[in-house]
Amino acid sequence: MALLEIRDLTLRFGGLCAINGLSLEIEEHSIRSLIGPNGAGKTCVFNCLTGFYKPSSGDMLFQGASLINKKPHFVTYRGMARTFQNLRLFKQLSVLENVMSGMHCRTNSGFFSSVLRTKGQQAEEKHIREVAEECLDFVGILDKKHHMAKNLPYGDQRRVEWARALATQPKLLMLDEPAAGLNREEKARLIELIARVRDERKITIFLIEHDMSLVMKVSEKIFVIDYGTKIAEGTVREVQDNPLVVEAYLGKEEQEDAV
Amino acid sequence: MTLWEIFLQQLFNGLLIGSFYGLVAIGYSMVYGIIKLLNFAHADIYMGGAFVGLIALSFFADSAIGNAWLGIVLSLLISMFLIGILGVLIQRVAYRPMLKAPRLSILITALAVSMLLYNTVMLLTHGQFRPFRTGLTHDSFFVGALRLTETRVVLLVAAILLMFILHQFVTRSMYGKAMRAISLDRDTCQLMGINVYKIVAITFFVGSALAAAAGVMAGVFYGTVHFYMGFFIGLKAFTAAVIGGIGILPGAMLGGLLLGLLESFATQIPFIGSVWQNVFSFVFLILFLIFKPTGILGRAESERM
Amino acid sequence: MEQIKPKKITLNPFEKVVEKLYELFDNNVLRYSVLITMTAFLVYLPRASSLFTQEIMTNMFFYVVVCLGLNIIVGFAGLLHLGYAAFFAVGAYVTGIMSATYGINFWLTLPFSIVAAIIAGLAIGAPTLRLRGDYLAIVTLGFGEIIRITVRNVGITGGAVGLIGIERPVFFGIVLNQISHFYYMFFILSIIAIFVSYRLYDSRLGRAWQYIREDEDAAAAMGINVVTTRLSAFIIGSCFGALAGSFFAVKMTAISPDSFMFIHSIMILLAVVLGGMGKIPGVVLGAIIVTIFPEISRDIGQYRLIIFAVILLVLMIYRPQGLWPDRQFQSTKK
Repeated sequence: MALLEIRDLTLRFGGLCAINGLSLEIEEHSIRSLIGPNGAGKTCVFNCLTGFYKPSSGDMLFQGASLINKKPHFVTYRGMARTFQNLRLFKQLSVLENVMSGMHCRTNSGFFSSVLRTKGQQAEEKHIREVAEECLDFVGILDKKHHMAKNLPYGDQRRVEWARALATQPKLLMLDEPAAGLNREEKARLIELIARVRDERKITIFLIEHDMSLVMKVSEKIFVIDYGTKIAEGTVREVQDNPLVVEAYLGKEEQEDAV
Repeated sequence: MTLWEIFLQQLFNGLLIGSFYGLVAIGYSMVYGIIKLLNFAHADIYMGGAFVGLIALSFFADSAIGNAWLGIVLSLLISMFLIGILGVLIQRVAYRPMLKAPRLSILITALAVSMLLYNTVMLLTHGQFRPFRTGLTHDSFFVGALRLTETRVVLLVAAILLMFILHQFVTRSMYGKAMRAISLDRDTCQLMGINVYKIVAITFFVGSALAAAAGVMAGVFYGTVHFYMGFFIGLKAFTAAVIGGIGILPGAMLGGLLLGLLESFATQIPFIGSVWQNVFSFVFLILFLIFKPTGILGRAESERM
Repeated sequence: MEQIKPKKITLNPFEKVVEKLYELFDNNVLRYSVLITMTAFLVYLPRASSLFTQEIMTNMFFYVVVCLGLNIIVGFAGLLHLGYAAFFAVGAYVTGIMSATYGINFWLTLPFSIVAAIIAGLAIGAPTLRLRGDYLAIVTLGFGEIIRITVRNVGITGGAVGLIGIERPVFFGIVLNQISHFYYMFFILSIIAIFVSYRLYDSRLGRAWQYIREDEDAAAAMGINVVTTRLSAFIIGSCFGALAGSFFAVKMTAISPDSFMFIHSIMILLAVVLGGMGKIPGVVLGAIIVTIFPEISRDIGQYRLIIFAVILLVLMIYRPQGLWPDRQFQSTKK
């Protein structure tokens, strides 16, 4: 059984169809990419999956259970973590606190245990901190844990976001344009990181990306969408030779002008 | 009076009061639609409008203009214009620097502006009621079982006329289109070459002018104005905007009329009476937020990330 | 590997002092000695000062409690609450009615005060917080006035006259009726409030509030239930207010609807915003300023609200973080 299965997903905004009858499957321990020209509806797919948008029709199954009408926090609790296309860090908080947010849904101390600082709460706090530090170490910025998130350089802020997503202890990690704004070295490190997340942490990866070279290096299988519809699916090679894909990308400029 | 007569009378009263609510609600809704701000100062803009109208009216009363209605109409227009400008100024000084700031900051700013207007008028008027002398007669006439005065009929017609003009403006003009575009995505509009600040300023002008009109009309209707008059109408206009679907202009008008009617009929229920009228509206707001938060005309929004 | 330096941060002198203070306070010995000295001073103060000073200090401690309560809602969770005085009234009237009308022991009224605050908080918060956070502002604004109308027009609350003859509390056999008694009572309450605030601030729940305040969507994506977490902040903050109201009622022995006007909600909000929303030392500072300001400037009475409004406006435009500076680095302790 696939880890994530999307069946005939459709999302409409007013009259506009952002996603149109999309179906795809993601197997466990795989790395899958979703590509497509600008405005093809890629981020909308993520937003539907993570409960930020409510699809008009279709179904989404994660480990066999439907995600329809599930709130974002519940989706994360079930084991899907996401990053955002534009950085969405908690800017006024420290890097460590940012990453600790990921552990929220895995812990449960409340008002009284916090005020009384019970044994259980202390142990839990320690555990949260350890997991967060481990995640920061994994992405390589543990030494910056006490900095305010907003004071970090862009590349490091991206890494905070990855660490934060990892701290939710997901089964599926969804990265929305993780390479956007990174320089070449940072991209190389990202590629290595993605492989490590999958191999060392046994986490399935689903990413949206514009940078074709990166997509080709990391992913085993690619889905191409345009106007919210899947136009191709397969290995890098298969997709590259697909005439529909070539058309979608080459025709891109004209279409944008028309809009 | 028979039950039918009471019903007709309350129906008319409700429509009239409701049209005031609607006019104020439009401003709330427009501003919320365009910059997602609950403009607390809007209620005080309404109150300010009434006072500017009062000053203008006292000027016309002393001058040679014989016709009472002409004086009122001129005062109304002057008040609408001046308060519209005030609205734009407030927007420019207080809200524009805050557009990119956290939501909490701009809400607090709006609160501060509201306090400033409210307390200034309170000081200037020594917190007293001021008579709104219109020189109109209170002769009433009957249409069937319904007892009306000339004043009330004219006010209702004027309110509906203003709403109609606004509706034409928003649906027909470029400004209206730009307003709707900005409410969808401000940044993109900026990229597309729409002068966002100008459109926001126009929105404030129109919203404030309509609130001022409602203020002057309320002055004519009740015969007195005071610094506190904006507080509950602000709350009710917000309720009206929520009932209709916040950000949707026809919704604000509809919500206003509906709330006016509801209130008007509710005061006839012995237990509620006029003391509890405001409490009734508030409870109604809470109920609406629970059961139909998107409002009558609103759709469940899929907000963009 | 390329070494990336963090952005250069420039601090003004006051910020430097505060940053230095934080560093010094990381030293346990220093921190405790300062705190003990301050406590000792405040404990000793009533013996060496006039009744007037004690009254002002009591008032100040009281403000510290309510400001910290509001800070949970406004500062930690980032929700604008404009009817805090109403929650305060809820507590005061619950205690007032139970004590004056039914003669129930003050301490026994406190749980009821909390229950009433929770019910009111749920009634107002649950429908509103499910939607956009900023609806709360106008709904609480309305609630403040609605409560006032209600207590004015209902028999059990004594109408516009209010309640009189609320019994003095007894604490280990001592009837608390001196100003110095209330000085100590509110002193202890403010210490508890500070303590609870710090504990909450540095806890799973407190962090969740701050995540939501910073970025609601990102917080949701991290698995935080935005609605219930916000609601918890609103209700906990409201309970602070109601408890403070109960203590206020026994201190005054008489309460009337005018004790809970909109201006009180605004004063408390101003203190929180002025000091620095979400920063506990800042809020305490704000509470102190707001209590002392009217005392040293009595003749401006009627202009007071206008001045408050201008201060709020200027603060929001030029220094939204409040007087107390933001920290640039986390404490290295822990």
